[in-house]
Amino acid sequence: MIEIPAFLHWFALLAQGPGRAAAPTLQLVIKVMDIVVCVKRVAATDSQIKIAADGKSLDPAGIEFVLNPYDEIAVEAALAAKEQFGDSTVTVVTLGSADAQKELRTCLAMGADKAVLINDGGRSQDAFSTAETVADYLKGTAASLIFCGKQAVDGDESQFPPRLAELLGMPCVTEITSLTLEDGSLVAERDIEGAREVVNCSLPAVISTNKGLNEPRYANLKGIMAAKKKPLEEIEAAAIDPATSIESLSLPPARSEGKIVETVDQLVDALKNEAKVL
Amino acid sequence: MSRFKGADFYQIDDLFSEEERMARDSVRDWVDAEFIPIIEEHNRNATFPSELIPQLGEMGVLGASLQGYGCAGMSPVAYGLILQELERGDSGLRSFVSVQGSLCMYPIHAYGSEEQKERYLPKMATGELIGCFGLTEADFGSNPGGMLTRAEDKGDHYLLNGSKYWITNGCIADVAIVWAKLDGEIRGFLVDKGTPGYSTNTIKNKFSLRASVTSELIFADCKIPKENILGEISGLKGPLSCLSQARFGIAFGTVGSAMAVYDEALRYSQTRIQFDRPIARFQLVQEKLIWMVSEITKGQLLAWRLGRLKESGKLHHSHISMAKRNNCWMALECCRKARDLLGANGITDEYQVMRHMCNLESVITYEGTHDVHGLIIGREITGENAIL
Ligand SMILES: Cc1cc2nc3c(=O)[nH]c(=O)nc-3n(C[C@H](O)[C@H](O)[C@H](O)COP(=O)(O)OP(=O)(O)OC[C@H]3O[C@@H](n4cnc5c(N)ncnc54)[C@H](O)[C@@H]3O)c2cc1C
Ligand SMILES: Cc1cc2nc3c(=O)[nH]c(=O)nc-3n(C[C@H](O)[C@H](O)[C@H](O)COP(=O)(O)OP(=O)(O)OC[C@H]3O[C@@H](n4cnc5c(N)ncnc54)[C@H](O)[C@@H]3O)c2cc1C
Repeated sequence: MIEIPAFLHWFALLAQGPGRAAAPTLQLVIKVMDIVVCVKRVAATDSQIKIAADGKSLDPAGIEFVLNPYDEIAVEAALAAKEQFGDSTVTVVTLGSADAQKELRTCLAMGADKAVLINDGGRSQDAFSTAETVADYLKGTAASLIFCGKQAVDGDESQFPPRLAELLGMPCVTEITSLTLEDGSLVAERDIEGAREVVNCSLPAVISTNKGLNEPRYANLKGIMAAKKKPLEEIEAAAIDPATSIESLSLPPARSEGKIVETVDQLVDALKNEAKVL
Repeated sequence: MSRFKGADFYQIDDLFSEEERMARDSVRDWVDAEFIPIIEEHNRNATFPSELIPQLGEMGVLGASLQGYGCAGMSPVAYGLILQELERGDSGLRSFVSVQGSLCMYPIHAYGSEEQKERYLPKMATGELIGCFGLTEADFGSNPGGMLTRAEDKGDHYLLNGSKYWITNGCIADVAIVWAKLDGEIRGFLVDKGTPGYSTNTIKNKFSLRASVTSELIFADCKIPKENILGEISGLKGPLSCLSQARFGIAFGTVGSAMAVYDEALRYSQTRIQFDRPIARFQLVQEKLIWMVSEITKGQLLAWRLGRLKESGKLHHSHISMAKRNNCWMALECCRKARDLLGANGITDEYQVMRHMCNLESVITYEGTHDVHGLIIGREITGENAIL
């Protein structure tokens, strides 16, 4: 018997039936892996943002909410891993209000097997409380490969993946643009300033995904029909207080209207005397 | 790139289920990413983007409303919204999908033998097999009952003679559903590509539906195996029941074209400066935009209600006539107003409005002309038949 990491359950399947002694023995080894993707419902980046009356949050009226685009990439990576490893499960997890069921269904329609909504009733969270809450939940599971988008396009903090890894005691590879999964380990590539880094890492691990890693699949219509029947579990979020709080939120000053000049001389003059950049 | 938003002045989104919105949004994203970037080129060259057929199959849009045989089994409204998004791309794309699903897969599903269903439907759902629907003849359009194409029973086969004109997908089809008279009664036949005596020609130089294949089908002593007849249906109600499915889709589809040109005109008028201000600040410009958004909203509600009537089994074919007739007209009028707002820019294919406008000139004619649908409603309300 080979040594196996605790997080992988191995099944040896004997394709040979007892009555077929003449056939050569074929041993298929299939690993069952619990793959998890942490996702977030965010305001679409082209939404017309309005500040709510409290001056600290967004007014959700008129905003289109979508699955965080980097999380789509994470879901695709998880589905590809499942396709590679065979009999594995992909679970998508989010912390948020009941509204986030929509984004979870999208993930299920793409092909995830089950979804978990850690329902916090929509109360405000920061990276600290989010990571603590999700880690609490994941500690009770056999998650061995955890994907996250490299950042949520609403807060742009990029804190969640490394925090989660830290809390779970797992290594973390961030912002990957290529991934090769092997038995019990992975090789990932990261685009760093002016160079490309190849990283080796053992499983279990937390991976954050960057653009360029893959082209997320569309939720096809059969997937959408199937998603209705897949499990979407809802659990109550633990009462963990955020460590930081938003003081205020304001829109950037409106850009003044552009000016069209007729001649190069006018342009130079405007750059010198109005914009004062020359 | 930002996702196409459609128009939803009346929060009609709330009338759709989550599944219906998901189906729409998924096809919407696909159209944005895969179709919009290539359509103008295909329209210019008068070619259908066949390279996308496998993706359409993969998405599950082919025969999406049918149950079993590899089809997605979507609700009527979900199916309608899918077609809305496809036609937002181009009426030619929606035509391809309507012909495949509503006009070809539907009759096989509804009237075919189990063997025919197994033979055709799964491969048509993936796009490996393409269908066309031959009802219209050069001299019989609004009056298909007068068709000249004939089938004769020759004992071990049928012999098919005649021709069909204006047939979408004709030249690229692997199987043609051909309606012909057998002993004076209209019957449906499955004619496979390559059957001796069956040939096709492309109808060229169209100003409309350029990115869609339109053809002539010719049958000269064409031997059709006995098992290729659609056994469960006879009479004009066979093809008409297929057309009802397709017209249902057009009622939704044309809302998509209207949304596309409204969106384009709205953005244009907010950024086009004349007399030192965006033209959106002029009352006459606003009037056109107001007209469009109001008519689109009415068209959305007509289509939505049509879908719910279908779901509850209360749909009458005159309901479909009203929605098809109104929404084709509405979309075409939106195009004309949008083109006006785009000024000279609106006549080039830098903008999509002329393409949609020209396409809709076919859509308002095929699947029953505007006036014939009006007379179907007229017959329903007065009890007097003014069509014949
Ligand atoms: C691009 C394209 C694709 C097509 N694809 C297909 C296809 O895949 N399969 C297929 O079978 N057909 C197809 N058609 C044919 C289409 O269905 C016919 O064009 C349509 O039914 C109208 O017939 P027609 O062109 O012969 O016009 P006509 O019937 O000659 O009509 C001409 C005019 O007369 C009016 N008219 C006719 N009868 C009456 C009446 N009783 N009372 C008042 N007015 C009347 C019409 O409203 C119209 O204004 C396609 C057509 C086009 C343009
Ligand atoms: C094929 C072609 C050939 C041409 N040939 C010539 C030529 O030989 N020589 C030449 O000089 N020009 C030519 N033109 C240009 C033509 O005269 C202009 O397109 C026309 O003046 C409209 O201007 P525009 O396209 O900039 O539209 P815009 O002025 O931008 O108008 C866009 C929309 O805004 C509306 N609008 C604009 N101002 C107001 C307002 N104050 N109140 C209410 N609504 C308003 C318009 O009605 C329109 O609906 C040609 C155009 C075309 C298409």
